[in-house]
Amino acid sequence: MTAVATRPEAPTPPTPQRRGRRGRQDWSAYLLFVPAMIPILAFSVYPLVQGILLGFTDSQSGLNAVTSFTGIDNYVRLLDYGLFWQSFGIGLIWAFSVTIIQFVASLCLALLLNANLWGQGIARTIALIPWAMPPVIIAIMWRFMLHPTYGAINGGLGALGLPDDTNWLGTAQWALPAVIVVGVWAGMPQTTITLLAGLQGIDDQLHEAAQIDGASVWQRFWNITIPGLRPVIVAITTLDFINNFNSFALVYVLTAGAYGTMLPMLFAYNEAFRYGNFGLASAMGNVIVVVIAVFLFVYLRAQAKARTA
Amino acid sequence: MSISSDLRRDADVVERDDRARRRSRTSRRIWRVLQYVALVLFVVFLGFPLLFLVTAAFKTQQELQSPDPQLLPAQWNLDNFVGAIERAGLGQAALNSLVVALATTLIVVLIALPAAYALARFQTRLRGLATGWILLSQVFPFILIIIPLFLMLRPLGLNNTLGGLVVVYVVWSLPFALWMLRGYVAAIPGELEEAGAMDGASRFRVLRSIIMPLLGPGLVATSLFAFIGSWNEFFFALVLIKDEALQTLPQRLALFVGSEGQVALGQLAAGSLLACIPSLVFFAIIQRRLTSGLLSGAVKG
Repeated sequence: MTAVATRPEAPTPPTPQRRGRRGRQDWSAYLLFVPAMIPILAFSVYPLVQGILLGFTDSQSGLNAVTSFTGIDNYVRLLDYGLFWQSFGIGLIWAFSVTIIQFVASLCLALLLNANLWGQGIARTIALIPWAMPPVIIAIMWRFMLHPTYGAINGGLGALGLPDDTNWLGTAQWALPAVIVVGVWAGMPQTTITLLAGLQGIDDQLHEAAQIDGASVWQRFWNITIPGLRPVIVAITTLDFINNFNSFALVYVLTAGAYGTMLPMLFAYNEAFRYGNFGLASAMGNVIVVVIAVFLFVYLRAQAKARTA
Repeated sequence: MSISSDLRRDADVVERDDRARRRSRTSRRIWRVLQYVALVLFVVFLGFPLLFLVTAAFKTQQELQSPDPQLLPAQWNLDNFVGAIERAGLGQAALNSLVVALATTLIVVLIALPAAYALARFQTRLRGLATGWILLSQVFPFILIIIPLFLMLRPLGLNNTLGGLVVVYVVWSLPFALWMLRGYVAAIPGELEEAGAMDGASRFRVLRSIIMPLLGPGLVATSLFAFIGSWNEFFFALVLIKDEALQTLPQRLALFVGSEGQVALGQLAAGSLLACIPSLVFFAIIQRRLTSGLLSGAVKG
């Protein structure tokens, strides 16, 4: 208590008293961490390390299966596993398309919601709807929308006199694009709200000054809005990309991976829990982590360079 | 002469300005119209699917399969909701989801609160570690963590139990809860605590009488996020819960889609709608804050 009372008046070198207080603080800080630390270490850090290591074993799901270390065998096997790489390619197409389309659409929507239009409040609330829905329900709802005979999409196309018998989720040609649209829909609120928050953080005076100097809407967008928004853009696109690559529930319910929509997570899930190859599935997880890390490293370094340049 | 030429030049300038202004006024009007068109398109894209689901939930089987579909049902009847609860076993599934979500929320808040306080108030090496872990846990694919968890929970007898699911959800919700609560604690000025301490209040007293009341809204927001996260979760439940009587709501509905739901479209829609209610209510409550304070603070760090 005395330490607290004397603190304001003494910017002098730390007295023993003060160091004592510091020490006690550290100690109680660790104590406060204990309740959170136990479950984190036991059920998060340990399994994660274990999961990475499992990728170097031949672990199987059977209760009596003996697990042995097999080095890089799994990765050698994966090299020849055509279906896995096919799924991997689908995963990349999915993650990049969803992230990019989501970003462009959300930026447009965020700019509109920031533009003092009439009915903004209602639009903002509606824009949040997808966020409030469980992924499984989003998928069920879009199965309704995309239903070949009773769906709203084909109904609307029919009303416009366009072909109305496309089986969106049931043909190799349309399943992936359809699933990507649903992915964009599901992730838009989070991206929009984050970008909107970023937009509101940009000083209005910058825009006003530029307008007085005769800058056009486009010039202001490229030279004020985008640079001001850059940190937010980098953060949200990074997060979206990771989320999209790891996405599971949406596509599991929409197509279960049929018709060219077998995302890597679905593939790894089947490998582990349908065929029981825990080791191989963990190896897939490791490959996915490495690839995501490489993409993120390249992207974030390019962005950091652009900022300093 | 110089005066008249000056005047003429002035008039020229005025005229040119006028023309430019008129042009910019019409172009601005076109721009506004385009903005409204775009906004309406976005609203339809984001809002219509839910509207379609809501109306489908109230339609009869004949209406749903009619060759000449109407958007609104002829009569708003509740048969589908009753049918969904009875036929799809949604009542039990909803109860399971509720138990799991409530238990998860309670445990998450209880163990995150002290840690979040420590993260916000003390400069320790744990701070860097905790931030690193929070970020890292976002990047790793679930498959890497669920297989070892599955292998760990099996000998503990927690596989295929709601308790095991709660354990997984607690760990899974912790990073976000910690991060959120840390922000709320940091927003409370440390001077308040020091003032309390100077007045002779004990450490516990300071926490209980000064920090807790101020932290109320933050605790509520964090709890709601943890609750909704668990209520909506699907992947871990799919892996861990095999017993039909223990399945959660998303799991039950996902199963119903592939089986009877292919025929009983109305019941599927009704069940889905019921499963959305907690999250829709939650977002209706916090949406104002979500669009203003909460996230702008998060973005600015």
